[in-house]
Amino acid sequence: MIPGYGGNILRVNLTAKSSATTPIPESWKREYLGGRGFIARAFWDEIKPGTDPLGPDNKLLMAPGPYTGQFLSSSGKLHMGALSPATGGYGDSNMGGHVSFELKQAGVDLLILEGIADTPVTVVIDDGKVTYRDASPYWEGTTFDTERRLKEELGEEWQIMVIGPAAVNGVVFACIQHDFGRQAGRTGVGTVMASKKVKAIAVRGTKDVRLFDAKRTLAEGEKMMDQVMKQPGFTAWQPYGTPEVVPWASSQGVMPTRNFQTGVIEGFHNLDGPTMKAKVTEIDKGCTSCAIPCGKWGKGVLNGKEKPQEGPEYESIALLGSNLGITDIQQVAYLNGTCDELGLDSISAGNVVAWSMECFEKGFLSAADLGREMRFGDAEAAAAMFHDIAYGHGFGKILGQGVRAAATRVGLGTERFAMHVKGLEISGYEARYAPAMMLSYMTCDIGGNHSRSWAVTFDVATGRENFEGKAERVIWLQHVRPLFDALGCCRFPWVEAGLDPESYVAFIEPITGMQFTWDDMLKVSERVWNLTRMISYRHIPGFGRSFDSPPPRWVEEGHETGPTAGKHFTPEQAQDLLDRYYKLRGWDVNGIPKAEKLQELGLEFCVAALCK
Amino acid sequence: MKLALAADRCSGCRACELVCALDNWSALNPKKAALRVSGHFPTPGRYTVAICDQCGTCAEVCPTNAIQQDERGAWLINGEDCIGCNICVQECPKGVMYLHDDNGMVPIKCTLCGKCLEFCPMGALYDADGVIPTRR
Repeated sequence: MIPGYGGNILRVNLTAKSSATTPIPESWKREYLGGRGFIARAFWDEIKPGTDPLGPDNKLLMAPGPYTGQFLSSSGKLHMGALSPATGGYGDSNMGGHVSFELKQAGVDLLILEGIADTPVTVVIDDGKVTYRDASPYWEGTTFDTERRLKEELGEEWQIMVIGPAAVNGVVFACIQHDFGRQAGRTGVGTVMASKKVKAIAVRGTKDVRLFDAKRTLAEGEKMMDQVMKQPGFTAWQPYGTPEVVPWASSQGVMPTRNFQTGVIEGFHNLDGPTMKAKVTEIDKGCTSCAIPCGKWGKGVLNGKEKPQEGPEYESIALLGSNLGITDIQQVAYLNGTCDELGLDSISAGNVVAWSMECFEKGFLSAADLGREMRFGDAEAAAAMFHDIAYGHGFGKILGQGVRAAATRVGLGTERFAMHVKGLEISGYEARYAPAMMLSYMTCDIGGNHSRSWAVTFDVATGRENFEGKAERVIWLQHVRPLFDALGCCRFPWVEAGLDPESYVAFIEPITGMQFTWDDMLKVSERVWNLTRMISYRHIPGFGRSFDSPPPRWVEEGHETGPTAGKHFTPEQAQDLLDRYYKLRGWDVNGIPKAEKLQELGLEFCVAALCK
Repeated sequence: MKLALAADRCSGCRACELVCALDNWSALNPKKAALRVSGHFPTPGRYTVAICDQCGTCAEVCPTNAIQQDERGAWLINGEDCIGCNICVQECPKGVMYLHDDNGMVPIKCTLCGKCLEFCPMGALYDADGVIPTRR
């Protein structure tokens, strides 16, 4: 058996309250590595076309990777996936913390939750053995209360994943939270967990994870820890974490502001890293073995009310701060804590509330429609609306179905400024005059998310107006960045501290005994990228090119202010970007992988689906 | 070398637990580490770390004198003399002697190897004697 893994697939059937353990296929380790790779591979087999995202046949998949829990900087990532209730297609998200390694130590490389429990439960996984606890008494509870309660009942050493009221009440962008501030936020994985009547998953693992060469693994880890902490980027970045990017984003006109109406926020320095460190942060909070760490714990404040929370990260600052017209970091932290305790994805939540504010300010929706006046800059109104969303009150119930559904319902042209791709709300980069970043959002496999390709710096470095090399760069990033999700570790030591990404190859042999070159690893990523494309093609009727369009706002209007004022590309130029991208990918003009590309990647099992 | 703690610097990353078990047992298994990080959230929002200060209580209560101090000041368990009574585990004032199924009846105890403080990225664990430099 290839070492470096937990060893097993743990299948938990909630309808039957049964569980089964089978070995993870050896071939999957070589072809998919782990994490996101295992999720995509299992998704194809497990979730059939026509499945209701909130029905018993959808499955919630969770997978650590071979690098999870290793003594290398930032090895705490857990990847998860499901058919997304937000988009109807391939959905996934990942989070840090410590539960990923705990799951691996419990012997689990892939957790499959299927069926629906008859009453709310907490799933308890103790070294791979599954039992259930009645979660009815705290089914409606907040994430913080639920995790604290289970820690007290089970013991501090248990690692807990929970959902909040938003998931319980069917919000399609509900997250799964762990460690009081780490979230798998995107694509509604929390909503799927709630549909299965699972309030929490508690994990304890005590087993050794066998290594191919423990001494070499330790030596490589020591070397990497030294390297990370000597990077120039480390010193600049460590004190602040991701908020460090705020001044750059605003100065480049890429910081989403007032529902992406512009990319520059006046007073952005009130949202930057040093301000947050001075006004919010109390301690650093790290994931497994992280030397950096980007997590910052502190208190948010709104009109004298305090809320403990982790963060806010840059994305939350962008979507709950500038995009809501708010430039007080303590208020942003308060809103972040509000989203966290309710179990809302702060990206989608900020996005839909920004849309509602624009609807109000432009007269498409009234205070009577919305339950209150919704003006940019009003943090109290935003906090109240987050509660309405999470508990399904008033207009919150409509917003809780996502910005695409809400705009379709309201109509009146509000669809033009509903900022999503494929039904997933766009995250923290205003990309209308940044072609590589716009293409990144257009082609991201889960919808409007930045994590698969963060190309905006490349746009700035190589010319905003320039299209040459942009599709190539996006594809390269779409292979490198998600590779970390397959390995089960964090990419920040590369992205933020400046470590050479190829240095990660050195770990694969001492951990697993497998021989991989950097190109071999990128080939795994390309395999997974084509597989997730095929999954959405199989699940979404009519899926193809039209799903890769940018939101109309990005190709119809320029910013009024800022360094790229008045600039935007045309719809035809956006299509030109897609043409370039599809051709490089080996996809047809509708954006579907060609049979020969699937065969080249070892995805023969997908070919038949092309003839659907 | 004297292992010491500045708990307010701890980020809860547990690199100390990982490297401890890897170095002492060649095992990727922090449950075999001789120290423990605990989080206390959402209030007060802090970490604590339980570490061995080589106080010697374990040796005092050991009925077979299986725990002896070496020249560096570390109290070490001689597995051959240990009868697995676990009195030391119960009496350890810091609660930093651990049992693990893989280890039979012999407890896991800090050997003062210094790996944890050598690789604590936050400088929360440090050498009070100043021999091993602090990371931060």
